[in-house]
Amino acid sequence: MSATAPATYRASSSPRPQALRTDRRLTAWSWVRAALIVVVCLVLALPVVWMIAAAFKTNVQVTDPSVGLFFTPTLENFGNVLADGEIVRSLGNSALVGVVSTVLSALVAVPAAWAVGRFRMRRTGSLVLVARIVPAVSLLVPWYYIFAQLGLVGSYTVLVLSHMFVSVPLILWIMIGFFEGLPIELEEAARTDGLSAFGAFRHIALPLAAPGTATACVLAFIFSWNNFMFALILADETTKTMPVALYNFISYASTDWGGLMAASTLMIVPVLLAAVFGQKFLVAGLTAGATKG
Amino acid sequence: MSVTTSGTLGRAPVADPAPASRRPAGRRRRAGSFAGENRRLKWLMLSPALGFVGLLIVFPLVFTLNLSLTDAFGAVNAGSQHVGLLNFGDALTDTRRFWPAVGRTVGFTVGAVVLETVLGLALAVLLRRPFRGMRVVRTVLMVPLLATPVAVGILWLLILDPTNGIANHLLGYLGVPPQEFLGSVRQSLPVLMLIDVWQWTPMMTLLFLAGLSTLPEEPEEAARVDGAGVWQRFWFVILPMLAPTLITALVLRAVDALKTFDILYATKGPGGGSDFEVETLNVYAYGLTFDYQEYGLAAAVLVLFTIFIVGVVALLRRGSGKESA
Repeated sequence: MSATAPATYRASSSPRPQALRTDRRLTAWSWVRAALIVVVCLVLALPVVWMIAAAFKTNVQVTDPSVGLFFTPTLENFGNVLADGEIVRSLGNSALVGVVSTVLSALVAVPAAWAVGRFRMRRTGSLVLVARIVPAVSLLVPWYYIFAQLGLVGSYTVLVLSHMFVSVPLILWIMIGFFEGLPIELEEAARTDGLSAFGAFRHIALPLAAPGTATACVLAFIFSWNNFMFALILADETTKTMPVALYNFISYASTDWGGLMAASTLMIVPVLLAAVFGQKFLVAGLTAGATKG
Repeated sequence: MSVTTSGTLGRAPVADPAPASRRPAGRRRRAGSFAGENRRLKWLMLSPALGFVGLLIVFPLVFTLNLSLTDAFGAVNAGSQHVGLLNFGDALTDTRRFWPAVGRTVGFTVGAVVLETVLGLALAVLLRRPFRGMRVVRTVLMVPLLATPVAVGILWLLILDPTNGIANHLLGYLGVPPQEFLGSVRQSLPVLMLIDVWQWTPMMTLLFLAGLSTLPEEPEEAARVDGAGVWQRFWFVILPMLAPTLITALVLRAVDALKTFDILYATKGPGGGSDFEVETLNVYAYGLTFDYQEYGLAAAVLVLFTIFIVGVVALLRRGSGKESA
């Protein structure tokens, strides 16, 4: 442990006491480091823990800050929220829009990412950045304008298409880097053995890229699941997604803190599960492309 | 639409007529013989994505640009007339809503991004060397940045509630009088900026950790042997090597911070509160469009906003070019 912590070495005439002192400093530093890491984790995690705890409190307990993290939990809030058809339907809508938009995005983006990565089309690939830069509202205005005239506002089609605006560039971005990292020789060997170019993609590159695709799809789903702005405008009462339902909940039930916290907890549980079980892959996906400069 | 296009994709290689026949490169067997087929496939694979980008991004952007030159207002199928640059003039002379929104956008972004970069870097250095429990810490880092922004807004509304929140309760122990937090015109934007720091510092840390893991060990080792202290090694060895990652992270975060919407709208509602206290350009443009149906003016604000973001990106990239050269 101690060897891993950065130490301060100084030129010294007497090596032995110096070594002793350095050792002591190293141990002291690793304790400080451990303490700092614990503090950081608490700062990041406690607000979320507080919210989840509040979801299990009665409304009296929620509004009494002296009730800490130790109390008799109740499932009453979850019962109320799940009995509310609107919340359940919104959760379903979020899942539906998330899955469909992610699958369609992968169908569009993975082949394109392969083409960009394989044929070194860096300039075409950098078009992806345009989609990251453009404010979503500036697309939402024309979408709304056009879809309203077509009478499509409120339909799942429009919601899925709008969510693809986020997930297509995201999957492209992650997968370009992934395909660039695959050795081209495998595909060339397959071609020499008689596979078509598409066959090489289908039977060689695609299976090898499965972990990357899975990571990209999970992240795309999470971003769709979290998306608020598109559904706020493009959904109607029956198609609205969970973040919009939560937002409405704030305004009409500001006193029902327990219910609000239970609904928010339902919203972030899938994401928490993904973070816990897919931590390594999701970190790789989130940081993809940032270290290449 | 996208399904059918990828369907044609599947059939493409079968219906491929005479591969590489008219290419002189076909003579070079090894590398060149696949070139013709490759080129066709390349564009086939790209076409669904390019079609998507064209239909849902480029076309709407052109539409917005056109809309910004009209007096579109009210019902979406009401006619509109071209009015030249009138909307841009209106926006740029509006000192009541537009310019304060610009100021808030810049203030929020600069404050959040600077804090996130400094804290993110410190945290990355802290977590850099392996230790037991690293996996747990990484998972904890992911939680704020993957959590739904609207839910994050709600959880901070609970914590920062002026009368019943735990924040004021804890501050009471320190002898600090109760704060209004999001209920106050003056404190709202700084508080939301700090929430943004809570949510996005982990992202910077993850990016910096990824960057640090790619750096060679030798330069730092050499500096240590030459007697450089911790700070010297950080400033003169690690930081310059990390510069490309730093700039990329800065650009990505700045772009997202400029466009922050969800948490501002979820906690303060339309218009950024009663006194427009958290109304950034994004919230302003959104309100103009969907609360006031001022499509023309909103489009002009959005065009200006987009130009502004592109300018910031170009500026940061240019700064990075000088640094690495």
